[in-house]
Amino acid sequence: MRLLIIEDDLEVASYLIKGLRENGNVVEHANDGKDGLFLASTENYDAIIVDRMLPKIDGLNIIKSIRAIGKLTPVMVLSALGEVNDRVEGLRAGGDDYLTKPFAFSELLARLDAIIRRASRPSTSVTLLRVADLELNLLNHIACRSGKTIELQPREFSLLEYLMNHANQIVTRTMLLEQVWDYHFDPQTNVIDVHISRLRNKIDKDFKQPLLHTVRGAGYMMREPADETE
Amino acid sequence: MKLSNLVRSSSFRLALIYLALFASSVLILLAFIYWSTVTFTANQMDETIQSDVTGLSEQYRLRGVNGVIASIGDRLQRDPDSSSVYLLTTPDFIPMTGNLSSWPKVKTTTQGWLNFQFKDPRSSRDFYARARPFVLQGGFNLLVGRDTRDLNEIQQLLKRAILWGLLITLGLGLLGAGIMSRSIMSRIELINQNSRDIIAGNLSQRIPLSGGNDDIDQLAKNLNHMLDEIERLMDGIRQVSDNIAHDLRTPLTRMRNRLEQLQTNFKINSPEFNAAQDSMNDADQLLKIFAALLRIARIEAGGHPVNFSSVNLNGLVTDAVELYEALAEDNEIEIILKKNDEAIIEGDRDFLFQALINLLDNAIKYTPTKGKITIFLEKNQQYIELMITDTGPGIPEKEYKNIGQRFYRLEASRGMPGSGLGLSLVNAVVHLHKGTLLFAGNNPGLITQLRFDQKIEKL
Repeated sequence: MRLLIIEDDLEVASYLIKGLRENGNVVEHANDGKDGLFLASTENYDAIIVDRMLPKIDGLNIIKSIRAIGKLTPVMVLSALGEVNDRVEGLRAGGDDYLTKPFAFSELLARLDAIIRRASRPSTSVTLLRVADLELNLLNHIACRSGKTIELQPREFSLLEYLMNHANQIVTRTMLLEQVWDYHFDPQTNVIDVHISRLRNKIDKDFKQPLLHTVRGAGYMMREPADETE
Repeated sequence: MKLSNLVRSSSFRLALIYLALFASSVLILLAFIYWSTVTFTANQMDETIQSDVTGLSEQYRLRGVNGVIASIGDRLQRDPDSSSVYLLTTPDFIPMTGNLSSWPKVKTTTQGWLNFQFKDPRSSRDFYARARPFVLQGGFNLLVGRDTRDLNEIQQLLKRAILWGLLITLGLGLLGAGIMSRSIMSRIELINQNSRDIIAGNLSQRIPLSGGNDDIDQLAKNLNHMLDEIERLMDGIRQVSDNIAHDLRTPLTRMRNRLEQLQTNFKINSPEFNAAQDSMNDADQLLKIFAALLRIARIEAGGHPVNFSSVNLNGLVTDAVELYEALAEDNEIEIILKKNDEAIIEGDRDFLFQALINLLDNAIKYTPTKGKITIFLEKNQQYIELMITDTGPGIPEKEYKNIGQRFYRLEASRGMPGSGLGLSLVNAVVHLHKGTLLFAGNNPGLITQLRFDQKIEKL
């Protein structure tokens, strides 16, 4: 992946560059809004990570400018401003996702993955999701694994749908709250974990190979089991 | 504009006081005119009578009693309808000539006048008369006077004119006071209306000027200046808190990132790995508290009505219960949704949900196993009420006023996880939506009550 980071805080930038390069990406970096806008509008990237408060040109204005010239590159906005209306502003300006500082690197990676895939995914509507032997029919809302039907509550269905849509990607708790529950809030207890463990009970408990994994310090991942080498 | 408001307005009261003063001066002026007119006409009459008396006594001196009689008869004959009154009597008061049947039985005044009532022999009507008695040299008594009909009529006329004048003055004055205070009041009301909007959170609004640059415009201008200044200061505060958010979070981000980086060097579950994880969790906790504080400050600084929309409170309740039901079940706590009326309020959906979550979170945290949490959302004519009842240890009544404060925690719950900011946020959110937050005992347990007035909804 070819990525552009527009960030004036050198420490954050070098940390991002290092982490993203370790994950096998080609990363370019702009120090201020002006250089960032120049690179973003002339080069082709798979995704752009832009800080909101930047010298010379504000991050949101960069997004507006590149959207105005027709560039659809997925953009992740980074900002210390995390109120809902700041978030809404960022998304309205044309950002694809908004991440409040400070963030865990794994959270950034998971979200970046999600917006890049969303951009590259053909928009044809999928009616059946499949991960290994687990199938989810989006038309009649029936899930089954190895031919065995699994009863799901409506929320469990949307949770499973989201996880399967992002199979082999890390999905963070905040992403689940935002996408499945559609609320921006900060739970004091890990309510999400309880819902995941219920879902896990239904789809994994009676089967040898678990599909829904907890990624320590990051979130969850729906993953096909590695080759049977037990 | 209501009449009672008009009557209560200070401008109207001022106008009334002025009207009273003005009416008194008018009254004094008219009374003076009345008094001088009446005295003048009375004096004139007295002079006429006096000269009549002088003339008749002259006749007596020249021609004796017969001359006087002839003269009186002559005068009465010449002008039968005149208001003159004559009577000549013998020294024993036996009438000799004149148009009075007898000498009036009244005492003379100190100035030597007789005021009396008499019956006119021709018209047989009662008249009041004023006359001067005079004793001629031969002992004859002469009475010369005028009836006071005209004088009385003038008096009546003047009295009526004064009364009407006063009434018209009062009426016009009252009308003027009404119109004047109405126009002042409507301008003051405009200032009031705008002030209320500004208090409600729309700080960018200004009071419109009439353009006349009068005293009310000056007041409005000064208020606008004051608002500019307040807005500038508040922007400053917001700027500062944004900067703090930026400046403090950035080093914290770095710290957290370094820890995360560091962690990759260690084997999973090694003591070093776990120490790094714990430090990261601590940093996260710190940042969470910081974010919560900033959020509360932002909410308290007066909301962003831009984010307000019609929020289905019952939808939020359903979602919150659904989100927490599993957790409650794991803790063997029953969540009962007793009533969930359809209730729509103007508000910020995420803030309201966060408040609801904080309350449910608290309820679950403090309710022992086998406990019950009851949720009750009711809408009636006056208000929307959301009640969350738990069967935990409750809160002593004297603490109710404290638990909305930042970082305030009961001694008993010091050991529990949490930052003491949960209820502060609920408090701020409820305040933002112009609601009230109340607590009550549930014996055992706590009842938390959120109430939003319906009137607010219509604004």
